[in-house]
Amino acid sequence: MISRIILNLLQVIVVMAFSPLVKGVLNRLEAMVQSKRGPGILQPYRDIRKLLHKEEVVSEQASWIFRVTPYVVFVTPIFVTLLIPVLTNYPLFFAFMGDMLGGGFILALGGFFATIAAIDTGNPYGPMGASRTRMVGFLAEPVFMIVFFTVSFVAGSTIPYIVQEAWVTPLSNFFEPSHVLVMLAFFMLIIAEAGRLPVDNPSGHFELAMIDESKILEYSGRGAALMKWGGAMKFFVLLCIFLNVLVSPWGLARGDGLLEVFIAIPLVMIKIFVFILFLVIIESSIAKLRLFRIPEFLGAAFITSIAAMIMYIF
Amino acid sequence: MTISSLTQLNALTGGLFLLSTFGIIAMRQILGCLKMFVLQSVFLAASALLLGYLHLSIHLFAVAAITLMVKPVLIPYLLRRTVGNEVTARREISQLINIPTSLLIAVGLTIISYFVAKPLLSGAVGTTTGVNLPIGMACLLLGAYTVTVRREALPQIIGILTMENGAFFAGISIAPDLPLIAELSAAFDVLIIALVMGILTRKIHERIGSTTVSDLKTLKEV
Repeated sequence: MISRIILNLLQVIVVMAFSPLVKGVLNRLEAMVQSKRGPGILQPYRDIRKLLHKEEVVSEQASWIFRVTPYVVFVTPIFVTLLIPVLTNYPLFFAFMGDMLGGGFILALGGFFATIAAIDTGNPYGPMGASRTRMVGFLAEPVFMIVFFTVSFVAGSTIPYIVQEAWVTPLSNFFEPSHVLVMLAFFMLIIAEAGRLPVDNPSGHFELAMIDESKILEYSGRGAALMKWGGAMKFFVLLCIFLNVLVSPWGLARGDGLLEVFIAIPLVMIKIFVFILFLVIIESSIAKLRLFRIPEFLGAAFITSIAAMIMYIF
Repeated sequence: MTISSLTQLNALTGGLFLLSTFGIIAMRQILGCLKMFVLQSVFLAASALLLGYLHLSIHLFAVAAITLMVKPVLIPYLLRRTVGNEVTARREISQLINIPTSLLIAVGLTIISYFVAKPLLSGAVGTTTGVNLPIGMACLLLGAYTVTVRREALPQIIGILTMENGAFFAGISIAPDLPLIAELSAAFDVLIIALVMGILTRKIHERIGSTTVSDLKTLKEV
């Protein structure tokens, strides 16, 4: 009992500690593909440390929402981490507090606060980015639901720890058409939700073209650090759901022993790095979509998820 | 390989086949449509190969070989030769209904075809028919939809070829022992269709300066 609580907290620590590293490796790899040297892979840690030591400047017009939002954005991925398998194969202490839809709601809460905080200060770029994020968000919502419904329908449960076993036992189930299509749809969803390239350019510095980044323009000091860290953790959590639940539930700890769980950490990181390599190849080979083409991209994701559902039901 | 794993691979091929059919509807540029069609034909050939192995039918291997030769190679080549650079032009195709709505309609058509196929499948012998028949019918409907909605000649040709692909996809599972002569004639039929339509499109393009079908409303005397 106690050990399960400790392991659950260990998961949270792993997510907090390694999420900036994932961002750093991603940025470095992307710079290398563009034949630049790029910042070191520890740069996000340095950024966060620097910002934590800086003074925070808050507009006089800003209300409590603006002040509270960094904490909400920082905390929501941590709550989701308690619900999903990050290191272990078996349900931990908090696993039955909420299912996958619950996790989706918690992540959406963070997104909601980030949106209203962007509108709060009256900075002209904030509301623009906020409304664009909402546009992407509400188009991504149906895909999210259909993917989750298909997955839970197959596994007969909505708890991610139970779902992960269903697709790979026996191993040939991996090539089930509905599984392949669900993976594809969820991959497109991650691109849209994390603001990666065909939908949004994460390294762009042009305010008019920003979707996700413009929401944190107004933050400084500790607020900015928490927003960045929270964003990195959200990305890490999405990758964990994708890799540990949907694609490759291998390499997770099966036993209760602390050593086994510690071995799972590098294995999970290897999976994430392989995925990131894949993501970098895709991001470097396609151009950003125009804003009004995003519905088509997410429409394609929706179709893919629906096709997965149809092929499973009939 | 066991029968069940072959059936499963065939189902996966069917899913990807369906996905590439959706791709034909979702693409904005002619070249993209053509690429999706090539992909779709490759999946058709793969399914024919798997079913041929499953039913031990030499005819299906012949279907796979003919499909691989004609559809991904010869038809794009012919269209490129006859229609010219219209194929490779990075121009957007105008559409009657916008793409997200089209995709939703496409999903509706797919569900309809699954519902129509269900009573037919109750007397089916093989398990692979359960995958191939509804997907083939869906592809037939989606091809017809492409012909209806797209306003340009070339995507309409691709729509007709898609319908043909769908019919083949359903056919290889229903009648694995179809005589070779029927397959050969069907394959060459498609080739001739593509050639004739390509030349016709080129002529229209020479006369009018565009291949937009909606402009061809009135008869014109020269």
